Amino acid sequence: MMAWLRRFYIWLIFFFLYAPILVLVLFSFNDSRSRSSWDGFTLHWYADLFANQQLMTALYNTIAIAIVSALVATVLGTVAAIGIQRMRGFKHSLTMNLTYLPILNPDIVTGISMMMFFIAVSIPRGMTSMMLAHITFCLPFVIIVVLPKLKQMDPLLYDAALDLGATPSKAYRSVIIPQILPSILVGFLLAFTMSVDDFVISFFVTGNGVNNLSIAIYTMAKRGISPSINAVMTLILVAVLIAVALVYYYVSHNKKITEKGWDI
Amino acid sequence: MKKRLIGLACLVVLLGAALLTGCDSDKTKLYVYNWGDYMDRSVIKQFEQENPDIKVVYEEFASNEDMYVKVTAGASNYDVAFPSDYMVRRLANEGLLHELNMDNIPNFQYIDSRFTDMGYDPGNRYSIPYTWGTVGIAYNTTMVDEPVDSWGILWDEKYEKNLFMYDSQRDSIAVALLYLGYSLNSTDEKELEEARDLLIAQRPLVSSYVGDEVRDLMAAQEAALAVVYNGDAMQMYDLNPDIEYVIPKEGSNIWFDCMVVPTTSQHKEEAERFIDFMCRPDIALQNTEWLCYPSPHTQVMEELDEEYRNNPTLYPDDEALARCEEFDDLSAVLPLYNRIWDEVKVGALEE
Amino acid sequence: MKRDWVAYPYMGWMLVFVTVPLVLLLYNSVIIDSGSGTVRFTLEHFGRVLEPMYLSVIWRSIMLALVSTVICLVLGYPMAMIIANSSLKTQYVLIILFIIPMWMNFLARTYAWMTLLEKTGLFSQFLRWLGLPVTGLLHTDFAVILGMVYNFLPFMIFPIYVVLRKMDKSLLEASRDLGATPLMTFRRVVFPLSLSGVLSGVTLVFMPAVTTFAIPQLLGGGHYTMIGNLIEQQYLRANDWGFGSALSIILIVIILLSMALIYKVDRKEDGGLMI
Repeated sequence: MMAWLRRFYIWLIFFFLYAPILVLVLFSFNDSRSRSSWDGFTLHWYADLFANQQLMTALYNTIAIAIVSALVATVLGTVAAIGIQRMRGFKHSLTMNLTYLPILNPDIVTGISMMMFFIAVSIPRGMTSMMLAHITFCLPFVIIVVLPKLKQMDPLLYDAALDLGATPSKAYRSVIIPQILPSILVGFLLAFTMSVDDFVISFFVTGNGVNNLSIAIYTMAKRGISPSINAVMTLILVAVLIAVALVYYYVSHNKKITEKGWDI
Repeated sequence: MKKRLIGLACLVVLLGAALLTGCDSDKTKLYVYNWGDYMDRSVIKQFEQENPDIKVVYEEFASNEDMYVKVTAGASNYDVAFPSDYMVRRLANEGLLHELNMDNIPNFQYIDSRFTDMGYDPGNRYSIPYTWGTVGIAYNTTMVDEPVDSWGILWDEKYEKNLFMYDSQRDSIAVALLYLGYSLNSTDEKELEEARDLLIAQRPLVSSYVGDEVRDLMAAQEAALAVVYNGDAMQMYDLNPDIEYVIPKEGSNIWFDCMVVPTTSQHKEEAERFIDFMCRPDIALQNTEWLCYPSPHTQVMEELDEEYRNNPTLYPDDEALARCEEFDDLSAVLPLYNRIWDEVKVGALEE
Repeated sequence: MKRDWVAYPYMGWMLVFVTVPLVLLLYNSVIIDSGSGTVRFTLEHFGRVLEPMYLSVIWRSIMLALVSTVICLVLGYPMAMIIANSSLKTQYVLIILFIIPMWMNFLARTYAWMTLLEKTGLFSQFLRWLGLPVTGLLHTDFAVILGMVYNFLPFMIFPIYVVLRKMDKSLLEASRDLGATPLMTFRRVVFPLSLSGVLSGVTLVFMPAVTTFAIPQLLGGGHYTMIGNLIEQQYLRANDWGFGSALSIILIVIILLSMALIYKVDRKEDGGLMI
């Protein structure tokens, strides 16, 4: 009885989560603008989508911004984490507060305050402003991923490297960095995901016709019924599924992770 | 370590710069800022083909007020914008528009003299008309039995949650003012407060305050009634022949959307080339056929399909036009307008 | 170990792009720029926030966010328990199934609900088929709450799941051995021990819910349903930076107050956000 109830509940929740998505996927192949009737199979909306220059540019912008800002944030953040780890007392707590500030700040407040800042100092709104904003809100996430790993590491490792004659930079390159590399990678992926998914901050700091995918979808959704969104949604789903399958493959073939289990 | 870090940082910055400038770095970017769904995109493509040195960046806004905010916010570089009459005047008054060089816009000759030298821009120093039109009620004849001839039907409880209002403060407040029998350019605080109370009372009946999506929503029978621009009504009719359009007896707004070059522009000459291109007879015709909205262009009017040219929705008779009034620039009472609209959207007195 | 200078570029970056904008926000909320270069100090903007009309919006935002948070908790807690009590392999699969929709653009997911809730939408049709007198669900508070629950439910489930999974199972056995019914065990042992997860979940749902503006904009029908919408309007339409900044400051205060409240309940010293 309990087992049955449990199973039913799981199905119910996943139905709630996936039904809307599946409906859109289905209707992305519907040969009609309406979503109340099925008029036959078509790939028309996909053709529409790829011919839609605005959406394609938005897609390009999203990816370009995500790659660049995640890269910059990862490099700057990792280096910063190494520095923060050595800080003590007031300086340390000041830096950590600076790090938590943007995480706790509501997106909309971050967005508008940055918008006012960019206008005040005449930074052109568009690619530049979006890039700066994305790097800024990605940075703290890199730090909170990399810093704990650095702290976990045996401090004697570094000393040992020095004792064996390594210069400090050599010690970092060949001892510390390889140790924390997985965390750096996770930080990069997290930053990349945050950047791709961001809407609110981008919405406020952008300008001059530069959109990312979120903004484009928002404008289209506000405009109402557009089967092209269904097509976008389907393509995103496919991309996510491929990514998940790859990660799953990697995880299930990696003994270290399967044995230890992973933490979220 | 230090050197290496600096090297890495440089690499990242370079990579970023490369990605940023990778596309069309040698082309002039022309920033065009227009209403949503208000231009045939293939026209833009053709412009880019004919002017290989220019890349058009096209952006859309939802209302005159939205556009004003973006153009004046600073750090923007719009080259061509499409404000309505009263907004042209406001922008010009505030010194935010470049004076046009008519030598660069020879196709201006095709603009009907009925639409040139208007009160909002004497001598067309700053603006070239793009479209014109009226505001009225679109209704679905299968959902509304009675004759529609008054704004009052928008306050009929029969249509609770079955009507759309425009999410635009100027248009919505005008509707309430007209229904009350006042001028749509009223600056009288008492009249405006009456209009506000009327709009707040209407709130429970309104399904949604909408923008361009009204077209699809009405065509899909999501509501019986909507306040719309006549061009949108025409597009609705094309999607769903049950939709009719009427200019209510209390009168309405007649408007003129124009092309201007804001002072944010860094490419005035290219902007004028674009405006001239939009006035070229073949382009204007193609765009008008796509857009449905009435055109101020003489050649277009000659070549346009009978079906459109004689359509009373698009081109109302003189009697109906006589009831229509232009918007004045009401910058002086703008805070009051903003406030009223806030109160309507919040629904202050409802709870 | 004094070589902490490598963190300075980061600190500089954050000072410029986080602190300075926030100071600018604060500055804008207490000044009036009368255009001709004269700027004067004022509390007018905050005074406006206190007007009944705007207070009602703030109140409504908090209520809508609270209702959504409670629904997420009620729906999410059992789910977290189910996941935590499954075999390790099932746990992974279930968690992945929760994560997949989160990786899809949240606006696209919200759009999915728009299409289902409109009058001719499948969900409305389904409810009508059940015999419910439904005309259209789009543009209602119901739609807004649904949108928030849909988008934020995983944020409630994950932290509770993490806590439940780490819970010492022998405690449950001990409770049972001492004669407690399953319900009593839940009330006296499981729930109190999972409280830190619940509080993290509540924070993670309430914060984005109270500040969102896209969900009420798309599902709520253009009314100023929530503070976020009001703030957006001040910047993109009314061009009133002062009032918009004041509203933003109020929003920050609401967040800080609710966090203080939540962590007062969570007496543990290092509660810490679990993400």
